Parts: sequence; C-alpha cells; structure tokens
Amino acid sequence: MPSLKDLKTRIDSVKSTRKITQAMQMVAAAKLRRAEEAAGAARPYAERFNAVMAELASSVGDSDSAPKLLSGTGSDQVHLLVVMTAERGLCGGFNSSIVKLARAKAEELTAAGKTVKFLTVGKKGREQLKRDYEDAIVGHVDLTEVKRIGYADAQGVAEDVLSRFDAGDFDVATVFYSIFESVISQVPTATQIIPAKFESADDAEGASTVYDYEPDENEILADLLPRGVATQIFSGLLENGASEQGARMSAMDNATRNAGEMIDKLTIQFNRTRQAVITNELIEIISGAEAL
Amino acid sequence: MADTMQFDLVSPERSLVSAQATAVRIPGADGDMTAMPDHAPVVTTLRPGILTVEMDGSEQEFAVMGGFAQVSGSATTVLAEEALPKAELTGEFLDERVAKAEAARDAAEGSAVDAAAKRVADLQALREAL
Repeated sequence: MPSLKDLKTRIDSVKSTRKITQAMQMVAAAKLRRAEEAAGAARPYAERFNAVMAELASSVGDSDSAPKLLSGTGSDQVHLLVVMTAERGLCGGFNSSIVKLARAKAEELTAAGKTVKFLTVGKKGREQLKRDYEDAIVGHVDLTEVKRIGYADAQGVAEDVLSRFDAGDFDVATVFYSIFESVISQVPTATQIIPAKFESADDAEGASTVYDYEPDENEILADLLPRGVATQIFSGLLENGASEQGARMSAMDNATRNAGEMIDKLTIQFNRTRQAVITNELIEIISGAEAL
Repeated sequence: MADTMQFDLVSPERSLVSAQATAVRIPGADGDMTAMPDHAPVVTTLRPGILTVEMDGSEQEFAVMGGFAQVSGSATTVLAEEALPKAELTGEFLDERVAKAEAARDAAEGSAVDAAAKRVADLQALREAL
C-alpha cells in the first residue's frame, strides 16, 4: 500500500505530464494548420505538372528515345525504397505505420529475389529500419534543422536519388509517406517515382488539344522528368508534415485524456488512504480510552 | 475573340497569380514569347528571367527561375520552379543562384555543360539588368 506522500508525488507528476501533453497537443494543432496550408498551396503545382507530364509522356512514351527516367532501365532487379518519416517521435503510430509498409514491401521484394536498398529521410524511420536492414541503408537525409519544408529541401533529396540512378545503383525507386486525410486518419502510401508513372486523368480533354513543344518533346521531357521527381518528393514531404502533426495532435489528445483519468483514479485512492489513516487513528484513540 | 484569358502562375510552394490577363510575356528557353488569347497551344521551358503580365491595363512583373509554361487558346499556366514578384528580387538572392549555377556548370559533364553554362549566362544577365 503506497503511503500518502507517495500518492501525492505521483498525482503531481501525472499532473505535470498532462500539462506537457496538453501543450504539445496545442502546438501540434497550430503547426498542423500551417502544414495543411503548405500542402494545399503545393497541390495546384503538382496537379498541373502531372497533367502536362501525362500528355508529354503519352506522346513520347513508347518510342525508343524516351529517357530512362520514364521508360526504366529495362530491368527491375534493384529497388530503392525512399522511406520518409518524421524527425521526432511522440506522434502515435505515424512513423511505425510508414516503416511497416516499407518493411512489407521489402520482404515481398526480397522473397521475389530482388535486391532492396533504403534511403531514409527523417531520423525515426532510420532508427526503426536499422535493426533489420542496417546493410541495406545506402543513405540518409537529415531534415532535423529544417523548420519549414521548402522546395529546395525536396530538390536536395531528389538530387540524391537522381545521382544514384545515374550511377546505376538501382532500377526502380518508390517513396513511402503518409497521406493526410484528417486528424484521425493518415494513410501510409507507396508511390513509384522512377520510372515515372503519370495518371492521365482526363484522356478526352488531353487528346483534343495538340501542343507544340519548344524545344522539342524529348528535350522538354529530359528537362522536366528530374523536376517531376522533386515535385513528387516535395508533395510527399508536405503530406507527411501535415500527417505528422495530425497524428501527434490525436496522440497527445489521447495522452491528455489518459492522464486525466489517471489523476482521477489516484485522487480517489489518495482520499481513501487518507480516510483509512484517520479511521485508524480514531480507533486507536477510542480503544486507548476504553482501556483506561 | 475573347479579350482576356485565364492566367495562373504557380510555384511549388504557392500560387502567385490566378486572374484574367490580356497578355503574358514569357521568358522561354528559346526566346521570349508573348501569349495572348487564342494563342496556338504550346508548351515551352523557361529560362531565368522576367515574366510580365498585362491585366486591366496595368502590368505586373515577376522573376522566374526556370520551369515551364503551358499556353492554350483560353488559358496560360506558368509552372515556375521559383517565382517571386520583381519588387522582392534582390541582388543577394540572384548572387546565390549564380554561384549555385556556376558550381553546377563546373561539375557538369558531357552534354549537360552547355545547358548549365546557359543557365549561368541567363542568371548573370538577369543580375546585371537589376
């Protein structure tokens, strides 16, 4: 049976924990709004970019002269998995669910006899993958110092990926990140970036306009494909940023609620113990008086 | 013929302009061009330069650092890698870009050298014009 003093200390410590989680929740809520805005602001660019690329790709796609970034290297032996996670923890299952998806993919590929390499973006994913795939991690991008994700950061990651591709390090690249749906729902997703795939959403409209290209299609495509990689990584990073804050917000909300419940329970226990001590003292006094 | 067309200028980080415009002067990679309503559909890449938008009788200028433009009869969309209003353009900003482009040129090999050198020249021209 814990003493009154022990209980008091525990209640105080849980109370201060609750204060911290509450503050974290509020910070996450404020950051979430900004992250959502950033993700929203980037969406038109990505959408239009993909629309133009889809048109270009369909007009050049099948010819032999198509760049490698579009047509692939002709093999799919070596896979690069770009795992994008957060730099910080305390955000529920956010990091683990991305890593879990990447791990499942890696196991599937290994079982099919392919070689798997990892490029990690964000400290948390690296820590989790290190346990099983230490030798497979070929690189890591540290964004700890980055306060606000900019396009330049995405370009840095893209350059890293592209230089490895040019060096022939891998044939297929897939990025893993979490799409932000709502505060309570973030969906871990895998998107293949090399060779590039573009979904032509509105075929009917695309076919009706025939564009002139200046310089010619192949040159534009060669210029745009690396940018497409950067754009996709950028939108992945932004979605991830919003997802992370959303996940942290709901995790901290839960933690705050749990702390509240714990305080209630401990307070009841504290009161009971105090009452027991008082009753005990009374019994002692009364039985002492009776003995006289 | 319509007098105006939809004009959008978007960068990866934000959307800068979305309005009706009468004419847009685009710094294309192969030379400047002016897109007006009912222009023939064309897609062009951009070089670093100044993009001018005419709307409601006034002109707005933006500095773009590459990207591409999609022109069709009823709309012009410019997807710029980096874009900012010309008033916000500073010497330091450009110096930084020039230094980066020069480093890229020095590191480039083969056919990429010409493209990198062109980017340096375009950026320097922009810097001098400022």
